Amino acid sequence: MPDIIPADSVGLVTPTTLHFDQPLELECGRRLDAYELVYETYGSLNAARSNAVLICHALSGHHHAAGYYSMDDKRPGWWDNAIGPGKAIDTNRFFVVSLNNIGGCHGSTGPSSINPANGQPWGPDFPMVTVRDWVSSQTRLADALGIQQWAAVIGGSLGGMQALQWSIDYPDRLRHAVVIASAPKLSAQNIAFNEVARQSILTDPNFHGGRYYLHDTYPRQGLILARMVGHITYLSDDAMRAKFGRDLRAGKFHFGFDVEFQVESYLRHQGETFSRNFDANTYLLMTKALDYYDPSRDFDNDLEAALRQTECRFLVMSFTSDWRFSPQRSEEIVNALVRIARDVSYAEIDTDKGHDAFLVDIPEYLKLFSAYMRRVSIEVQDAAS
Amino acid sequence: MLRPDLQIIRTWIPDGTRVLDLGCGSGALLANLRDTKGVQGYGLEIDQDNIAACFESGVNVIEQDIDEGLGNIQDKRFDYVLMTQALQAVHRPDLVLSEMLRVGHEAIVTFPNFGHWRVRGYLFFKGRMPVSPTLPHQWYNSPNIHLCTVRDFEAHCREQGYRILQSMVVDRHHEAGVMTRFLPNLFGEIALFRVAR
Repeated sequence: MPDIIPADSVGLVTPTTLHFDQPLELECGRRLDAYELVYETYGSLNAARSNAVLICHALSGHHHAAGYYSMDDKRPGWWDNAIGPGKAIDTNRFFVVSLNNIGGCHGSTGPSSINPANGQPWGPDFPMVTVRDWVSSQTRLADALGIQQWAAVIGGSLGGMQALQWSIDYPDRLRHAVVIASAPKLSAQNIAFNEVARQSILTDPNFHGGRYYLHDTYPRQGLILARMVGHITYLSDDAMRAKFGRDLRAGKFHFGFDVEFQVESYLRHQGETFSRNFDANTYLLMTKALDYYDPSRDFDNDLEAALRQTECRFLVMSFTSDWRFSPQRSEEIVNALVRIARDVSYAEIDTDKGHDAFLVDIPEYLKLFSAYMRRVSIEVQDAAS
Repeated sequence: MLRPDLQIIRTWIPDGTRVLDLGCGSGALLANLRDTKGVQGYGLEIDQDNIAACFESGVNVIEQDIDEGLGNIQDKRFDYVLMTQALQAVHRPDLVLSEMLRVGHEAIVTFPNFGHWRVRGYLFFKGRMPVSPTLPHQWYNSPNIHLCTVRDFEAHCREQGYRILQSMVVDRHHEAGVMTRFLPNLFGEIALFRVAR
């Protein structure tokens, strides 16, 4: 709980919900006739409407990226260390928009929303949505907010994929794409981890074929397991060793299967917390969106051909100890862009924080991020004057 | 204001060309070439303060260690590949030079000339590794692990079959005089070469 709101915080914020009636045609062939998007904004839009920045969230993402809802909040939004006055995404300069994607479980239309066809939660009947569908729904939000062109579209991990997709599908609607700890597509190993997570949910007896809402329950164990395995892959071996080592909770072995090692306790806690705050169907759907993502598929599996659509400038960043979305995967994007003569910059941040590093307060990372965004804001000012 | 050696290199690069700058520093040359000559360039750099400076000036910069090669860049991708004051600091200058001429049509390199009379005199009279304004480090902490003379470089080019298209030898104020023109290996402190395969 903040006793006082820190000076570099966007302060108290409230989300907004927008209803869209124009049907959204989805990549899977189905369509959503109507849907809602919940979003937050920080900072103010300039007269030229040229200083808007879109934040795309990652797998378990949320529209609440910065600030506090009330003085009782234990924590600010998920990317508060990067968004705020004087921070990398400086709200004194930028108008920041952060939304919850469709299929989500924090207010935007998703599997836990009511299906107008039968008055019951969508559950497994909710259509499969992809990164491209998300980007397409985000253009509707941009239209509604009167934003023709984003100064930057920014995202980490799955969010970075959305930024990349924006640059391919709507090249003239963004000036910069900032793609952090991401990849042009998932590897087999990455899909494998997602499949373990999905299987743990799908085989939970409380899953009820995805209609657990009607049984007044949810696949708690499945979600916990899914998150535990996911969480291991978001950290690095070094970070886990530094944080937990082989520390025991009670200082001695109990020769049983209860929690003994600190790392077990931590993982269970992470899983528990997550299971209470996240919808299982949304988790299934978002992991599939990750697995399906591959913009080169429409271009004969040629990433360069896909990226030839782009007109914006790119910043790509990766983290040395990230083995879920390794620096090599980011370099695939960078190398393809250099080959086709697109403007791109790349930094590899030295850290032991693993994939989660993109959310962590790492001085070198935030310094580079800030430097890049300062340039973006100068361009915005030059264009407006 | 551009550093004097960069000022010279600048005049060697025609408008609208594609340039790769190895160890681009703060990106000053690339920014200048972009703004005054419409050059599309990329810099490779490993120092994060320099990378941040490139970001701020809107120069394309890629964090990449030259010593690990340029294998990610296709053949003849660039018109010019530059490396200023770094040839003597890489692990294998011969391999780097060869890679520069693979990914670029021409390479431009600058390096401190170890054949300068003051360097020779330092070693001759003091019997110790030369320390000078252009070579300020001690033997044990110097990043300059492969120092060479103008004549060494010319010999290497001859052996490898590289053509020297343009060269210039200047003093530490980056000025060329009568002495540097007649006896470059004795009076030149900094050498600039433009070579092709």
